[in-house]
Amino acid sequence: MPRGESRLIDDARLASRGEPRTGLAVAVWATLKRDLTQLARRRGDVLNPLVFFALVITLFPIGISPDPELLATIAPGLLWVAALLSALLSLDSLFRSDFDDGSLEQLLLAPHPLPMLGLAKVAVHWLLTGLPLALMAPVLGIMLSLPAGSYLMLAVSLALGSASLSLIGAIGAALTVGLSRGGVLLSLLVLPLYIPVLIFGAGAVQASILGDGAAAHLAILGALLALALMLAPWAIAAALRISING
Amino acid sequence: MWSFIHKLGSPKWFYGISARLMPWFWVAAAVLIAVGSVWGLAFAPADYQQGNSFRIIYVHVPAAFLAQSIFVSMAVAGVVFMVWKIKVADMAAAMMAPLGAAMTFIALFSGAVWGVPTWGTWWMWDARLTSMLILLFLYLGVIALRGAFTSRDSASRAASVLAMVGVINIPIIKYSVDWWYTLHQPASFTITSRPAMPTEMWLPLLIMVLGFYSFFIALTLMRTRSEILRRESSKRWVRELAVEER
Repeated sequence: MPRGESRLIDDARLASRGEPRTGLAVAVWATLKRDLTQLARRRGDVLNPLVFFALVITLFPIGISPDPELLATIAPGLLWVAALLSALLSLDSLFRSDFDDGSLEQLLLAPHPLPMLGLAKVAVHWLLTGLPLALMAPVLGIMLSLPAGSYLMLAVSLALGSASLSLIGAIGAALTVGLSRGGVLLSLLVLPLYIPVLIFGAGAVQASILGDGAAAHLAILGALLALALMLAPWAIAAALRISING
Repeated sequence: MWSFIHKLGSPKWFYGISARLMPWFWVAAAVLIAVGSVWGLAFAPADYQQGNSFRIIYVHVPAAFLAQSIFVSMAVAGVVFMVWKIKVADMAAAMMAPLGAAMTFIALFSGAVWGVPTWGTWWMWDARLTSMLILLFLYLGVIALRGAFTSRDSASRAASVLAMVGVINIPIIKYSVDWWYTLHQPASFTITSRPAMPTEMWLPLLIMVLGFYSFFIALTLMRTRSEILRRESSKRWVRELAVEER
């Protein structure tokens, strides 16, 4: 019997018993949908990092100087650091509620590879944190008088870089989710690992201001993302297993 | 091969063999460090550019070597622990971490002291100092994570995962910091541009490096032995040992 046919018969058998269709794609899609629905119901979790981002950016002109020329020189790094901190802030809640109500254990018990399910959760985190931050950054860039011509690069580099940030951060979040006060520890674990992304992300914006080499920075950001996509899910899965069993 | 690995897995066997190995490493460390420091500090010729201040290299470079090697050995021990469940590997990793952090600190501190005569300042955001600083943060993260868990098994596994994640990131961090530094390089005297060292200068350095490694091995063996006694204190062979000692 060809594989597709046997699969159909399996599905039909499950359906006749009133059980839902199974399969990796179905499981990943279900996880995605569930997390998106949950976050749509807790809008604060999505909005708070964005407000934090705007607030941190407000602090710098007040703390340093409102001089537009000075602000323009430090704007690329400032925007990137502030966005990175906002992404970090939202990490602690990535697995927290699932850990508290036990659905993380169900995820571990599911007959699907945990790295893929973890990847789905990370994808939701990026969609609702990294992507909005990237879209919001150009607006804050105007307020910091970021030089013209680098706005698109700011958004693109943030969108690309924050995906790596979500993946790397999720390892730290998974390691600390079982600890009652994991928040500060999480930032201690994750921030050193964020440095390469920060260097190439801020570098891309800087390069587009200078007018040369932004594509190279973006390429390296993409390479970092590819590496993180390949390796981080395994580390996330291993870390989740440790946190659940410990 | 396999019986060797199984033997290595037994803390009792390790306790026995380490007792025989340890004195040799202590002697090697004492002799090499004594010879290296007397040769390096008193007899090696002064640098034509930096004068006698270059002699701090005989502490700085071995410490920097160890700082990186210890992190790698910690990650290797973590892999051994995760794959073969060899407890001794984890005990050794736990004992290496503070030593590695201390070596990183020594490398940073001696670098800062060296900076005063060469750069005229205690701190420069030099590529190597910066990556050392990040390495120190990675060490502190591993130590803090291990300390945060109440269950020892979870702590061991979490620290192993973090050490592995860290060791994959160290080269990435190193190369990105180098890249960042070449883009922002300030016009100043750098150590990188120094001519190659004459033999009478690098030979004591090599001896010091070997001495530091022997010291690291001897100290790790010693600390692992006491950790074995601490963790296995309820085992019969440890009790019998205690009775004999009395």
